[in-house]
Amino acid sequence: MSQTPDHEGPILEIDSLSISFFTRLREIPAVMDFSVEVQPGEAVGLVGESGCGKSTVALGVMQDLGVNGRIVGGSIKFKGRDLGKMSAEELRDIRGNEIAMIYQEPMASLNPAMKIGKQLMEVPMIHEKVSEKEAYQRALEVVRDVKLPDPERILKSFPHQLSGGQQQRIVIAMALMANPSLLILDEPTTALDVTVEAAVVELVKELGRKYGTSMLFISHNLGLVLETCDRICVMYSGEAVETGSIKDVFDKMQHPYTQALFRSIPLPGADKNARPLVAIPGNFPLPHERPPGCNFGPRCDYFQDGRCNQDIAIPMEPITGDDRHFTRCLRYKEIDWHAPIKAAKQTAATEKGDVILKMDNLKKYYEVAANALFGASGATKVVKANETLTFEARESETLAIVGESGCGKSTFAKVLMGLETATDGQILLDNKNIEHIPIQSRDTKTVADIQMVFQNPFDTLNPSMTVGRQIMRALEIFGHGKSDDDRHKEMMRLLDLVKLPREFADRMPRQLSGGQKQRVGIARAFAGGARIVVADEPVSALDVSVQAAVTDLLMEIQREKKTTLLFISHDLSIVRYLSDRVMVMYLGHVVELGTTEQVFSPPYHPYTEALLSAVPIADTHVEKKHIVLEGDVPSAMNPPPGCPFQTRCRWKSQVPGNLCETEVPPVRMLAEGHQVKCHLADDILARMEPVIKIAAE
Amino acid sequence: MGKFILRRIGVMILTALCLTFIVFFLTNLYPNLEKFAKTQGNFRMSDEEVATFLNNRGYLQPTVTKYGQWLGVLPGYVIEGTDGKVRARCAAPNQPIEEAPRFCGVLQGNWGFSTTIKEDVGGIILEKLGLTGILMFWVMLLMVPSALILGVLAGMREGSRLDRSLSTFSISTTATPEYVSGVLFIAIFASSAVGLKWFKGTATSAMDNVTFENFFLPVLTIAAYGMGYIARMTRASMAEVMTSQYIRTARLKGVSFPNIVMKHALRNALIAPFTVIMLQFPWLLNGVVIVETLFNYKGFGWTLVLAAGNNDIELLLGVSVISVFVVLVTQLISDIGYVYLNPRISVS
Repeated sequence: MSQTPDHEGPILEIDSLSISFFTRLREIPAVMDFSVEVQPGEAVGLVGESGCGKSTVALGVMQDLGVNGRIVGGSIKFKGRDLGKMSAEELRDIRGNEIAMIYQEPMASLNPAMKIGKQLMEVPMIHEKVSEKEAYQRALEVVRDVKLPDPERILKSFPHQLSGGQQQRIVIAMALMANPSLLILDEPTTALDVTVEAAVVELVKELGRKYGTSMLFISHNLGLVLETCDRICVMYSGEAVETGSIKDVFDKMQHPYTQALFRSIPLPGADKNARPLVAIPGNFPLPHERPPGCNFGPRCDYFQDGRCNQDIAIPMEPITGDDRHFTRCLRYKEIDWHAPIKAAKQTAATEKGDVILKMDNLKKYYEVAANALFGASGATKVVKANETLTFEARESETLAIVGESGCGKSTFAKVLMGLETATDGQILLDNKNIEHIPIQSRDTKTVADIQMVFQNPFDTLNPSMTVGRQIMRALEIFGHGKSDDDRHKEMMRLLDLVKLPREFADRMPRQLSGGQKQRVGIARAFAGGARIVVADEPVSALDVSVQAAVTDLLMEIQREKKTTLLFISHDLSIVRYLSDRVMVMYLGHVVELGTTEQVFSPPYHPYTEALLSAVPIADTHVEKKHIVLEGDVPSAMNPPPGCPFQTRCRWKSQVPGNLCETEVPPVRMLAEGHQVKCHLADDILARMEPVIKIAAE
Repeated sequence: MGKFILRRIGVMILTALCLTFIVFFLTNLYPNLEKFAKTQGNFRMSDEEVATFLNNRGYLQPTVTKYGQWLGVLPGYVIEGTDGKVRARCAAPNQPIEEAPRFCGVLQGNWGFSTTIKEDVGGIILEKLGLTGILMFWVMLLMVPSALILGVLAGMREGSRLDRSLSTFSISTTATPEYVSGVLFIAIFASSAVGLKWFKGTATSAMDNVTFENFFLPVLTIAAYGMGYIARMTRASMAEVMTSQYIRTARLKGVSFPNIVMKHALRNALIAPFTVIMLQFPWLLNGVVIVETLFNYKGFGWTLVLAAGNNDIELLLGVSVISVFVVLVTQLISDIGYVYLNPRISVS
């Protein structure tokens, strides 16, 4: 049961692989003519939007495609042996032993009814037939390797007793138990917070170096791939469109899709007014509706009729002069890759109007029973979800609220919407107090004034009602129009506003793509002429190329309607791109508040600094200071005394005495409109260096 | 944990009180009492005579009072009848009124007197419960393991031929009521119609001495019905678990298929069916009535039919109370077992 002896040459060789899924109706090709090589010790990133086939490739390598999936062409060789020709037993020996996989959702991929220790120990016990005692020792060692505190206790716990970051570390530990030669990481950090993500990525990189493991890193996040990989392979609609070293692909891209992808993500320097994002037009083709010729053709700026849409397969062409750099484009030699971005529509910054929303010392505490399930008796605990929130929002301003999960940003949105009432403090909408009025007793005007765009467009539309009907229903509730005819006209106007074709009115939500659904969600929010729109991570569930379009739409409507946008997000790149002011929250406290410029440049609050450093940026010219936060966000049920951030702060030693541990820092004004909650002395704050530096070209 | 159980027991007692009151109320409706009076006195009583008869024996008191007396929280009635005789609820036959205890209800262990069997209800119930317990034990022993095995086998490869055939089997057993399957079994295995004559068509002799021959058919009849249902639930739960991500994790860890099923899937898949198995107890009581009557096995179900058929109010009440308790106790066990199986739920 030992591992295959050392093998010269690539660890993994995928050669013109094609995978199809068979349904009753038709064969659906998921991956076509896909080739990639992973050399020993190399990390290869697989990038693409959802549905492009990147996870299918991973499952193909594992030979675990389910009943409907089948490899219809090409081969996958692992250390020179064809995986497709192996017997079930041989495959079992390789799985978990020589190829290990790390998954997207750590909670779902751990067995809920089995102790962590047992799940870990299983791996060497199966593959190396070691004794239970030895396996336990190994498990302890690996858990220590992935830097989890108190390994003995962790081995004895069930998965639900750990936090998301800890669970992901356990999944990584499980993959490392057998010291595999190839590690497949399928979106390993998508479900995690940015600071946790940064720590996990750091760990993976370090372990990769330590054990010399080759990696296949699947992600939709270009920045993350830049940080972790040596080579990259960009996929589009089942095909690899460009592959090469990170440097070549990021700096000298040779495929229009790669270019379009980079132009649609907010990099430092992008600005909503001066340099807006360029969204990729059109939609991702469904697997059975691919166009003839180049798959990207219909959405490509360089499309040439009669050439790009000829019904022939386009081969991967090597780029001369580069190391193993290939592109699947017929016109790559003709395109001027250095041409500046076609002047996208520039707009003037909007004038900020009067203050329409004011929060003053807002507090929201929850009382939870210590025993949630069988409740009633026992002491109750207080969760301080929001502590002394004070800020103002002006007309046509975008205020971003940033923080990790559990920082209280969603609670704040709920209190503002009236889904919860405040414990203390006030919310003034046009100088009227609304903090104590639950939504059912608010008048129609107030309800229509404050609307919300939700994170997940897939769950927020009623699946059994047409799109038009749902918007009309919203209009009806807001008392708009006298007759159904009026409302129908208004609904059509709203569809125009969110740039959806009018015939979508009769469609069912399931016939729409994610981006289109989110547009419907936006149309619904604006149905009553909302003046304040709370957008709770409106684009985080969408693909990169769609994100830009939806963000632009929001900006455009805001310009037209002078809406105040409260943009809740954990994605600092997008926040930097579109917001005027930023509010950083941690454990219910506002730790920093200021204009985007002020927050994104020093002096920072230590938490903001760490947050900025954690965000992966897909630009090879950017140099980042490396700050990794240790540990998890403390529980809001049991927050640390004094400064909420003191348990993870790297600047703590710079504060004299035990001030950080005893006193909540006061709000300090650093500049006009820039406030932080920190004990650090002025001179130390002034000495802080910028986290992100753009190297000279 | 202790606190949780105590609270559940509290809720249980409350439920039991409500349910027994409903049964008490229904059995004590006037037409029932009238029939009772006529069977106890004579069939030619006039309406007035019936009323006097009942009134003399305390039957016409308000229902709540009667219920309190039956339960043993109110003092038993002492009524001087229109015929001049003083009757007390708590006095045994030929016992002077003065010596009778004040309270005599279920709580004091006095379950009343059966008019059909002519014995104390408490004693009858104890004996019958024992007999039915034996039957239940064998039913469970046959039903639960085979249902779980069927369900797990069917669910581990959803859509396979094995799954299809096992599912067809379990659907057909659940779809066949006991009075059909029981008669079929007797016709096939015990009568001269087919001529197999492997088993006995009656279980009367099993009351003294259980043998495979005299007991298998009633056990099979009840078990077949419940088995299909549990197997379906297990299959659904198993099929769902087998598609979950942690099973994929295990598979890609190199765990062999039998070990995936045994070590990774089984415990998770049993969480849902466990509650269903416990819910089967009340259903079994139901089946017991039919099967015991069919096979002439004089257990609890048989007694229920007897009591209902003969308007034996006290016996009927006793049987109902015990049924209610069986249902509630099994639910308590099910809740506790659920906590044990599912580590995500903790009560302490």
